[in-house]
Amino acid sequence: MSTFLGMPVRAPRGVGHLRGDQSFPAAAKEALGNSQLRRNLQHATTTIRGKSGRVIAELPDWQELRSAGSALKAYTMANLPLLLTQLEEKVTAAGGVVHWAADANEANQIVTDLVARTGEKRVIKVKSMATQEIGLNEALEAAGIAPVETDLAELIVQLGEDKPSHILVPAIHRNRAEIREIFLRAMPGVDPKLTDDPPVLAGAARRYLREIFMRTKVAVSGANFGIAETGTLAVVESEGNGRMCLTLPDTLITVMGIEKVVPAWADLEVFLQLLPRASTGERMNPYTSMWTGVTPGDGPQNFHLVLLDNGRTAVLADEVGRQALHCIRCSACLNVCPVYERTGGHAYGSVYPGPIGAVLSPQLTGVEDNASLPYASSLCGACFDACPVKIDIPSILVHLRNQAPHARTEAAVMAAAAYTMDHPRLYASAQRAAKLARIAGRRGRGLPPPLNGWSASRDLPSPPDETFRDWWRGR
Amino acid sequence: MRIALFVTCLADTMFPAAAKATVLLLERLGHEVVFPQEQTCCGQMHINTGYQKDALPLVRRHVRTFEPYDVVVAPSGSCVGAVRHQHAMVAAGDPGLAARATEVAARTYELSELLVDVLGVEDVGAYYPHRVTYHPTCHSLRVLRVGDKPLRLLQHVRGLDLVELPAAEQCCGFGGTFSVKNADTSTAMLADKMRHVLDTGADVCTAGDASCLMHIGGGLSRLRTGVRTVHLAEILASTEA
Ligand code: SF4
Repeated sequence: MSTFLGMPVRAPRGVGHLRGDQSFPAAAKEALGNSQLRRNLQHATTTIRGKSGRVIAELPDWQELRSAGSALKAYTMANLPLLLTQLEEKVTAAGGVVHWAADANEANQIVTDLVARTGEKRVIKVKSMATQEIGLNEALEAAGIAPVETDLAELIVQLGEDKPSHILVPAIHRNRAEIREIFLRAMPGVDPKLTDDPPVLAGAARRYLREIFMRTKVAVSGANFGIAETGTLAVVESEGNGRMCLTLPDTLITVMGIEKVVPAWADLEVFLQLLPRASTGERMNPYTSMWTGVTPGDGPQNFHLVLLDNGRTAVLADEVGRQALHCIRCSACLNVCPVYERTGGHAYGSVYPGPIGAVLSPQLTGVEDNASLPYASSLCGACFDACPVKIDIPSILVHLRNQAPHARTEAAVMAAAAYTMDHPRLYASAQRAAKLARIAGRRGRGLPPPLNGWSASRDLPSPPDETFRDWWRGR
Repeated sequence: MRIALFVTCLADTMFPAAAKATVLLLERLGHEVVFPQEQTCCGQMHINTGYQKDALPLVRRHVRTFEPYDVVVAPSGSCVGAVRHQHAMVAAGDPGLAARATEVAARTYELSELLVDVLGVEDVGAYYPHRVTYHPTCHSLRVLRVGDKPLRLLQHVRGLDLVELPAAEQCCGFGGTFSVKNADTSTAMLADKMRHVLDTGADVCTAGDASCLMHIGGGLSRLRTGVRTVHLAEILASTEA
């Protein structure tokens, strides 16, 4: 294990998918004009909110479960080094090999080397956020290895040479007509008479993937949980394609963020109730695969676990921000977020979109590299209420805004405003000046930048004849 | 009861009608209202925009101004939310101030909380013959958890035809400086809120926050919908002439 002195490292630049090319407001503006995207998102998020709300309402102890999940995560973060070492011991004892990756570059190198050593030219992939985060597919391709995504939505994204826009439903921005088009264009051996009927589309993906499952000897996965007590890794999914990848190949390589460790087997009792209800609105997820090292004669005979930091230790060092590491990637906060519902995931420029992305991405990269993300929220608080492990996302957003670099003019205006507000005489004359300016000049629609963002779509209220203060004095 | 009015800088400057209504309503109910002149702004805009250091003197001023009073009321869920959930955090470097801020916060109420929880009234004797829909602002709803208190107050207003707002709990898109920094997204959220308001057929949209009403009302006015926004306090203060 690498040891660090001083400040822990951030996710390095130039690799992976944590930084966008545009600021959030600029990217959002483009997305907001895409009517197909708006419709897809509105439909998908409304449907999933309803479904999730119904199954959550069935549980009388949902709030207690949330508290338990939150407490388990807080305990885990407080004991992370110990638990990770324990996990390493248990996995090793069960026949697996554990690798430690300080950042995306190290993790990509480790996985690429492991695949190269098998001599295989193709790997099948279980849907995984960590490998998207580090840009593993690009690294494998650069080494002449073809990664094939096997999660249906992730496959659609991959074949469409697109980027995922939701944690759980990466192709949420696509509709079935677009999916048919992508399959016809990019899926080898697809039936040219393909229709856009969902079962027909799923059938085409199934035929294509079955062939690949049978003929690929190396799989790469992420992990939802890594149990320190037993060395067991767990992946939950809906399609069963993950299970194919986890059981059929000779070699399995799992890339897991260090925050995914949980102390004990029994802790899954809490998380496996929270996760499916909050994420897909199911009482139980259809497939839960667990494996402990290597089992002779059954499943992959070579197992590697890559433990990924990539900025997580830096997040852990921040007393307020560290809660973001509690995330179990259920995506409930995305589905209830009024901003996400309208802009979609691409506007966030990171594999982690929505409210959790707005607090996690800037912390993994350093706030200066994602300075607009902490502002990509109206602080409405819907995410906090929805989060199954009670992450106080609004408070982290406010905390990160305080760390974000500020434009010099804005900072000067804010300082002047605060000074005025702290001097009642100045405050009163500012009130009068504002009124006069309004009456004299700008009764029309326009305000100067940056306030023209307001007046572009909203009228300003007519100035009152007297302030409350004036009225009170005259009573 | 002697009640100190925390008017909020926005109501003071732009929406004095909501503040006056708060005073007149409480006086009508037999209470004494005082207005500490030293108050200005709670600092919420600075805190939520990333300027906590600038907000610290404002927090100190707010605490000093309202410390002498047993009960403080504001016609704003959002500003009470800032007092209750942010002031002690901003003052964390000064434990004495943080403790005082926590005490002031515990005695500070949003208007519907004061009426229902502290004063124990739901029927304030108001008369308002209009079709009204109520938008529960995010900070009233999720930071203060005022629940159905404003609705209970409105249900007792004579002549008032209360219509339910579809998707009421969705944010209107204001979010303070969010409405300027992310003006396009804010407007997209506003468009949906306005559509829901218009769907109700109400002529008045009310809420407990002048800020959200400024945003919703600004949009409704720009589109010349003829629907107006009125602060909850103004409805509750209205009587049959
Ligand atoms: S932050 Fe909470 S709600 Fe959002 S994805 Fe993570 S666990 Fe789910």
